Amino acid sequence: MATDSIGNVELTDSTPTDATAFLIEPPRKRTKTTSGRRSRTNFEMLAWLFMRLSGIVLVFLVLGHLIIQLVLDGGVSKISFAFVAGRWASPFWQAWDLLMLWLAMLHGANGMRTVINDYAERPGTRFWLKVLLVAATVFTVLLGTLVIFTFDPNIS
Amino acid sequence: MSTPTIDDTATPHSAALDAAESGEVELITITLRIRRFNPEEHPDAVWVDYQLTVDPKERVLDAINRVKWEQDGTLTYRRSCAHGVCGSDAMRINGKNRLACKTLIKDVTALDKNGVAKPITIEAIKGMTVLKDLVVDMDPFFQAYRDVMPFLITTGNAPTRERIQSEEDVQRFEDTTKCILCAACTSSCPVFWNDGQYFGPAAIVNAHRFIFDSRDEGAEQRLEILNDREGVWRCRTTFNCTDACPRGIEVTKAIQEVKRALITRRY
Repeated sequence: MATDSIGNVELTDSTPTDATAFLIEPPRKRTKTTSGRRSRTNFEMLAWLFMRLSGIVLVFLVLGHLIIQLVLDGGVSKISFAFVAGRWASPFWQAWDLLMLWLAMLHGANGMRTVINDYAERPGTRFWLKVLLVAATVFTVLLGTLVIFTFDPNIS
Repeated sequence: MSTPTIDDTATPHSAALDAAESGEVELITITLRIRRFNPEEHPDAVWVDYQLTVDPKERVLDAINRVKWEQDGTLTYRRSCAHGVCGSDAMRINGKNRLACKTLIKDVTALDKNGVAKPITIEAIKGMTVLKDLVVDMDPFFQAYRDVMPFLITTGNAPTRERIQSEEDVQRFEDTTKCILCAACTSSCPVFWNDGQYFGPAAIVNAHRFIFDSRDEGAEQRLEILNDREGVWRCRTTFNCTDACPRGIEVTKAIQEVKRALITRRY
């Protein structure tokens, strides 16, 4: 800081060179894209609705499934290849299991998607976690669907 | 001339009331543990303790003022009206977002097992860039507020008299008119903490104030804005905002009403 002959502080020199030399946290700014480029889809709303509606249906499907599998007719010890084959001989149980598979997997995957959105901070982390999630979901849903439709009770 | 007197036999007396009536002040010694940060001096924030003797019926803001005036003039914080109207002194007191000017010291002071008052921790609200001590950069907060267009939108010529509204229509959005934009709700929201892209409860509350106003015609535009990827659907209903609001606004309920409007007004 410079002073002149009569002791006045020269204000031009006294400005701090870098007022924000340190930042406590990186600026978490709303970017231009946050408010500007808006997605015209209703995807988030439909996802939100799907969670509520599938949840209601799953309560009955899953509880019914658990009671049939684990409680009625001697409980879990009755489950065998023959038991599954007997059930899947009926289109009703095929439809039940197919619906349960799809709803539960999509419900769970969408829940995981929101968890990733809420907890992963870097865009790269988010992207790869979601890639992993989608891959796992698609694999499980397709494999399960394939098994339900192509199940062969006479397999050797 | 007779003066009205309190019937001593009818009213039960508490120690606090006795003290107030006799004018006695029971002073206590408290410690303010303030999270201080000076970007020109050190890259890290530090907790600094300040001891002072106060009347427990005073407010936390009074104690912070005393620290600044009597102990350390470099302590930096925002406060304007100091009476819970301007909303500039929202801070995190004992881990909860409150207005320092509406929080009494006795309500945030707890005694440890030796009967000594535990320190009251005070830090800046979370999720926004700390500029110095308790002052944060409010720009992202106000940007989200501006994005929901918080003003009356109408078509046609303005009436020559005031716009009449029934009492019932007023009650529909009355709760959300109480917002003072202190950011206590938005900075208590875990979704906002993550990346700051979420509109945040305060912006949604102020959108709600116009969406449900019968005189306003811009509801559809605002609903479309909040239908965004970072809009109302990111709300996880953790109720942090409702707990934090110094005006007692039912923030989470307002957000849910916007969600419901988005679905029911379209389908």
